[in-house]
Amino acid sequence: MKYAIIAGALMLAVTGCTTTASTAPQPLVLVTHDSFALSEGILDTFTEQTGIPVTVQSAGDAGQLVNTLVLTKDSPLGDVVFGIDNTFASRAVENGVLADYASKDLTSAEDQYLLPAGQGREQLTPIDNGDVCVNVDHEWFAEKGIPEPVTLDDLIKPEYKDLFVTEAANSSSPGLAFLLATIAAFGENGWQEYWTKLMANGVKIDAGWSDAYYVDFSGPSSEGDRPIVVSYASSPPFEVAEGATVAPTGALLDTCFRQTEYAGVIAGTKNEAGAQQLVDFLLSTTVQNDIPESMYVYPVNSKATLPESFVKFAKIAPDPFVVSPADIDKNRETWLAEWAAIAQP
Amino acid sequence: MIDLSVEQLTVSYLRDTSHAALAIDDVTLDLAAGTVLAILGPSGSGKSTLLRAIAGLEVLDAGRVLWRGEDITGMPVHKRGFALMFQDGQLFTHRSVASNVAYALQIARMPVPEQRERVAELLQLVGLDGFGDRRVTELSGGEQQRVALARALAARPRLLLLDEPLSSLDRELRERLGQDLRRILVDTGTTAMFVTHDQGEAVLVADRIGIMMDSRLVQLGDAAQVLAEPATPAVERFLGRQ
Amino acid sequence: MANASTAVRTPPSIVIATVLGVGVPVAFLAVFFAWPVAAMIGRGVAPEGILDLGGFGEVFSRPRTIRLLGLTLGQAALASVLCVLLGLPVAHVLYRLQFRGRALLRALVLLPFVLPTVVVGVAFRTLLRGTPLDGTFVAIMLALVFFNVAVVVRTVGSAWEGLDPRQEDAARVLGASPARVFLTITLPRLGPSIAAAASIVFLFCATAFGVVLVLGGTQFGTIETEIYLLTTQFLDLRAASVLSVTQLVIVVALLAVVGRVRGSTQRRVAIARRPRRSDAPALVAASLITAALAVPVLALVERSLRTSDGYGFTNFALLAGTGSRNALVVPVWVALGNSLTIAVQATVIAVTIGLVASLVLSRSPRSPTARRALGVFDGALLLPLGVSAVTVGFGFLITLNQPPFDLRSSPILIPIAQALVALPLVVRTVLPVLRSIDPRLRESAAVLGASPWRVLRDVDLSVVARPVLAASGFAFAVALGEFGATSFLSRPDRPTLPVVIYRLIGLPGGDNFGMAIAASVVLAAVTVAVIALVERLRVDTVGAF
Repeated sequence: MKYAIIAGALMLAVTGCTTTASTAPQPLVLVTHDSFALSEGILDTFTEQTGIPVTVQSAGDAGQLVNTLVLTKDSPLGDVVFGIDNTFASRAVENGVLADYASKDLTSAEDQYLLPAGQGREQLTPIDNGDVCVNVDHEWFAEKGIPEPVTLDDLIKPEYKDLFVTEAANSSSPGLAFLLATIAAFGENGWQEYWTKLMANGVKIDAGWSDAYYVDFSGPSSEGDRPIVVSYASSPPFEVAEGATVAPTGALLDTCFRQTEYAGVIAGTKNEAGAQQLVDFLLSTTVQNDIPESMYVYPVNSKATLPESFVKFAKIAPDPFVVSPADIDKNRETWLAEWAAIAQP
Repeated sequence: MIDLSVEQLTVSYLRDTSHAALAIDDVTLDLAAGTVLAILGPSGSGKSTLLRAIAGLEVLDAGRVLWRGEDITGMPVHKRGFALMFQDGQLFTHRSVASNVAYALQIARMPVPEQRERVAELLQLVGLDGFGDRRVTELSGGEQQRVALARALAARPRLLLLDEPLSSLDRELRERLGQDLRRILVDTGTTAMFVTHDQGEAVLVADRIGIMMDSRLVQLGDAAQVLAEPATPAVERFLGRQ
Repeated sequence: MANASTAVRTPPSIVIATVLGVGVPVAFLAVFFAWPVAAMIGRGVAPEGILDLGGFGEVFSRPRTIRLLGLTLGQAALASVLCVLLGLPVAHVLYRLQFRGRALLRALVLLPFVLPTVVVGVAFRTLLRGTPLDGTFVAIMLALVFFNVAVVVRTVGSAWEGLDPRQEDAARVLGASPARVFLTITLPRLGPSIAAAASIVFLFCATAFGVVLVLGGTQFGTIETEIYLLTTQFLDLRAASVLSVTQLVIVVALLAVVGRVRGSTQRRVAIARRPRRSDAPALVAASLITAALAVPVLALVERSLRTSDGYGFTNFALLAGTGSRNALVVPVWVALGNSLTIAVQATVIAVTIGLVASLVLSRSPRSPTARRALGVFDGALLLPLGVSAVTVGFGFLITLNQPPFDLRSSPILIPIAQALVALPLVVRTVLPVLRSIDPRLRESAAVLGASPWRVLRDVDLSVVARPVLAASGFAFAVALGEFGATSFLSRPDRPTLPVVIYRLIGLPGGDNFGMAIAASVVLAAVTVAVIALVERLRVDTVGAF
């Protein structure tokens, strides 16, 4: 804590806001996952506006983040959480780790991102979203003269045998998202058959994203020989070489599962008003404009401006697959066990 | 008959990874069958290295080692049929007295009953009757050296090499064991070469004496003759100091 | 101190020192290991404060549990055997022979041990992709051996270095062939150190996580991966606790077995010799094994130099920045600075506590009870190697939240977590040296009028100075490469190098992958430099590492 205060005081001194430095208020602690990043100075803006410094506390990956909140319920780690996604939202809500507050700045434009009533609508404010989609290597398909796949059904066709690599649903977050996409597409009783066919068609299942993308995918920055991979809709912009006008890879927009990340006030915070201000701040254009470049996802705020590379090369799925957070939470274990039985015999 | 011939033997050692120095420099000598040769010299003169080189434990820079006219320079250590005994520290601490002595017999695949007989005989020869089942770490320094001698003699080596075999013992024990050693070597007709810095020990045990100084063999002759007529002033000073 | 065999009354300052010597390490382990782990297990087996052992029956009736248990034990046992078989020739060459470049080679062999798992996983998969080995049990074995063979080389090598070579010489002259000398003389004497090394490798392999996940294609789970899955994915603390307890039982049983075979090391530093013809098999084997170890490392170096147009140092130049489209919060060099600072803190903690613990453990008290207590203490120091990082990490979060241990957001928790991993290695380096001090040395110093404190300073500490340096280097390297606990606790604005590497390799395209590899090469180079430096100092150690 001592260090945090010193850091906060330093931050104030640096930004020239010396009026409150003598009686530096208790900083707000923002608990988040290890992929959290904002450009330098963004959080200082909040301090300038409110006089409250912010410290960021990482708590592992997205799954660990929620579990951390549940385990530390009696003695919360911080005041605000950012990074709970729709696959873990129910667990956070049901365990009562969040205080009731959804940002007062939400407008009807963000309605599509809200969680269902009783399943987190009252506690969680959407901040960003990203689609997990099947990506293809345009160059590979052009070279071989094979038409690219378009839908999930295409992936089980013989012409795409041994060309697809994905991540394990039980050790990777895009892997789980892809499984959920197939569950939404083929139904609670149909996805198992689809996966059996996928297996028969030579799908390769890696433990994690970096493994699938960098080792087995054939894209320009990768080493592998499989031209179809499960990644993000935001991945193609990163493959565009400086000055190029065409992206060498692309996302199949009919195969996507949307992950939305939320922020909320942690139950038991000693500074409820400050925590609510921070949630509002995360939804403000100051943060929202920075999100695409620093976290590679889309801001939910309709007033945010997108960077050029996103406008040009990243696409948004018009109609992504959806599974309700409550269903995910209820069936996660069963689905993963069934999936493991098929995919990891 | 000449048993052992050493011709122009040179060995260097690494002072550190980049600098080499000569440990023995162009040493030539002959050893007749059944004789005991003592190599006498101050510490650091290269006498132990000479002994190890003859055993095959050192990498030679130049020179040859011959046994009865046959060149054995390239022969692996374990095929030479020699035995080597050190000042201390060479007993196998994880084996009993008997199995130390029997080591060479096991290698020669001698049947177990005969091994037992031979071990008993050897322990008797060195005056350690009934010590077979003891742990070597329980023995006194003198007893340990006797076990080492018994072990070295067990396989009836063609040549027995002894590196300061008595130096770790006190004076009284040294003299008694020295006499025993002389008796055993003569009784068994063993050709032997041993290294010492102690003139008295050399006289006690050896027929012939060689003097090593600064990596070179500077004098070689009958024991009495070498002591009476030092070849150089340096040898005289070395012998006189003792 | 405690071994005074006379009836002289012990001065009060010594009593206080002994109490502190036992108390400080015990308190450290209790607060930062036992308490968090017990709390996590408690959440599972006694969720409402009432003990409920039903979970055991349920978890063990699942066929999956039995299969995972078998895989864990089988894989760790096989990897230990392979590491010993492959490590012995390398230990012989690197610790018994003298040649140019030996110090560098010794450091290089340790490299895999400190490389980030995720990077090695990707390097391995890149090499194996397209071969029939990809995603097989063999691939896992290769990786486990790659990571852990250094433990055998160092542990056994140090013991080997201290063996009097004249026993071998005597045996050879008596007619024993090189193979026979090795089997009948060398091997029996190396027994205790081989057992110690094998047990440490076993612990590392039984708790291996990332590498099993990446290379096994997720079908070869272990208890460790299962605990991770149950805790982070399902929040099934009941089953996770059962498996944590199982893990602990296995570790304790193993330590008990090893405790029996652990002998004292004779202290005598042999002069390494030049290679000779009979070393040929060992030299050939060692060359092949080191070459095999070098392949993934060289592949990493090659990849780090590859750019979009040929080869160059572009990836390294990029480390000054924050990656494609600002992948990072801070430039990689700043992260390296953070890593170095934290690793120094971790080293200070681990070495201080390790040295104190070793001084206590090196005494042999007369009372059998006290002696047994010391034995338990000795084993407890190794425990952190055998318990899941997930359990410890979550344990921290649910226990260290009250004054005076309100440390959850304190920067000191990271070096503490790293020190916990480095501590066993420090003790295993320093303790054998202290144990090998002839008690007569202390007695004669005392007879000459030295106070107990002076004896400690003039005898124990002077003898142990170099091993402590060696241990520091090793602890430093381990702390530098630690990822599991660090990722759990690090602050986003003050990431360490492994955390940054992990982030870079988790983002697509641009220069991020190249930078991740280049950063790994930098991490590796720093590690080699530190260990090579320490090697120059460790002229006179017989420690286990």
